[in-house]
Amino acid sequence: MKIGVFVKQVPAKDAPLAIVEGGAWIRENDISFETNEPDTYALEEALRLKEKHQGEVVAISMGPERSKQTIKEALAKGADRGIHVLDAEFYKLDPLASARSLAAAIKAENFDLILTGLQSDDHGFGQTGVLLAELLGRPHATIIMAIEVIGSGLKLKRELEAGWFQWVEIPLPAVLTIQSGINKPRYATLKGIMAAKKKEIATVDRKTLGVADAPTQHIERIYVPQKTKKTEFITGQPQEIAAKLIEKLKHEARVL
Amino acid sequence: MKILLITEQREGKWNNISFETLAAAQQMVQQTKGSLSAVVISKGVAALGDELAAFQLDEVLLVEHSLLEKYTPDGFSIALRQVIESAKPDLVLLPHTYQVRDFAPKLAASMGKGMIGDCIGYRYENNGLIFVRQMFQGRTSADVVFTGEGPWVASFQAGAFRADLAAKNGSGKVPVKPVPVELKAEQIRTKPLELFREAKQAVDLTQAPVLVSVGRGIKAPENIALAEKLAKLMGGEVSASRPICDEGWLPMDRQIGSSGQTVAPKLYLALGISGAIQHVVGMKASRTIAAINKDANAPIFEVADYGVVGDLFEIVPAIIEELEKK
Repeated sequence: MKIGVFVKQVPAKDAPLAIVEGGAWIRENDISFETNEPDTYALEEALRLKEKHQGEVVAISMGPERSKQTIKEALAKGADRGIHVLDAEFYKLDPLASARSLAAAIKAENFDLILTGLQSDDHGFGQTGVLLAELLGRPHATIIMAIEVIGSGLKLKRELEAGWFQWVEIPLPAVLTIQSGINKPRYATLKGIMAAKKKEIATVDRKTLGVADAPTQHIERIYVPQKTKKTEFITGQPQEIAAKLIEKLKHEARVL
Repeated sequence: MKILLITEQREGKWNNISFETLAAAQQMVQQTKGSLSAVVISKGVAALGDELAAFQLDEVLLVEHSLLEKYTPDGFSIALRQVIESAKPDLVLLPHTYQVRDFAPKLAASMGKGMIGDCIGYRYENNGLIFVRQMFQGRTSADVVFTGEGPWVASFQAGAFRADLAAKNGSGKVPVKPVPVELKAEQIRTKPLELFREAKQAVDLTQAPVLVSVGRGIKAPENIALAEKLAKLMGGEVSASRPICDEGWLPMDRQIGSSGQTVAPKLYLALGISGAIQHVVGMKASRTIAAINKDANAPIFEVADYGVVGDLFEIVPAIIEELEKK
């Protein structure tokens, strides 16, 4: 099975975010980045499918030069090769233009299966997988919690809301978005990190793909939201905080 | 502005978030002096269409077909595209459910259009709509506008509007119009099988008066005991954000948020929970929210009544000591 897995590099969870003047994006200097956590589950699922059914796993990432690190991490965990769709201004793309670019970059690969995480922790559009399926003319299923290969297709456990699930069957080739928690992502081994150094990463400049990126939507401004609730912050030594908090919960909020 | 609202139901029962989005659509129609059509899509849902006709809108469009009885992304996209092409709305509004996430981007892209998804609100300014959505896991907001020609597609997050504000008609019911759609079995590539729930929920968190909820900040499974001790002293239960259940540190039935339970206890005490949107939608209706987090900028403080910025491993033992004193 030839599997393409999309991995995005996003600001680290604990990175302090500062917004650039004008609000177009965040300040990227001085913060650290990591692989989008939902994508680590998609990668793990791709590696497990390959281990069970043979084939190849290709890790694809779009973003500036720094995104290559996320591909390298995927290679160290066991992906066979990488494709980096290079665009320093990727953040200006809307979901449709992003998906069109990614679809154009991988069309010739003819993957049997494409996996993405549920959503990215930066833009959080949550559309890339579904859009890729539409643009490539493939069926899709989202929020997947289990994958079984049956004949020439897949049997999938979809997560619905409020504790409900559904089994669906889907023919290959297909696109799936993977729910976080489907598996326990592995760590890269030292051997894997060494092996990754010999693996190929093809770089494609996004602007050479000939994708019309006339946007359907435009982010006017990113900003820190105004608080809707006034939080009363309690300060002091741990013992003082504990005493004040309990006092407030008992006698002010009256919830204890 | 001509608005088309697409409602959601499952097996003949409304998904109540449909009425939240209805309230948003009614408000937009009032501001833009537009019109509102609402779609009910499935099979054998005429009763729901009739119920919807009692609300303040211009018409209900009843889209029924045997191939729409069970949801599939192909079936819904193909059918709704036909509805949109005949109704010609400027804006298609949907509730941001898991089902909508599954088909709405595809529906929009099949028409060459874009979707602004998961909005938490909107503003009507200078005769234009500005949609507000969260980015960076709720740490920032963004104002987003559509560019180019409609029909535009947008969805609203659960809790963004109040369902009880959806206005009923002053007199009688609006017309319910059946809209025929052409759909062939071979166009539907996914085969939907049975719906099911996992093993019965062992604990009903919605009944607990106090929830002590843990997030990533709890660091290791052995530290859950600390939260359990506190929950017991407060007469409540322990719950968690998704990553904790994904790790298997607590069972899935203890999970709060869009993929877990929605709760509104008297007191929700969040320990080391950053407050990603998916978590907050499940607990923001709690009467009192207290949060302990080492990051002063964590979005959980956006919804907290009481906040403590600090190390939970110092503060929680002190709270336990304080409660045990009395």
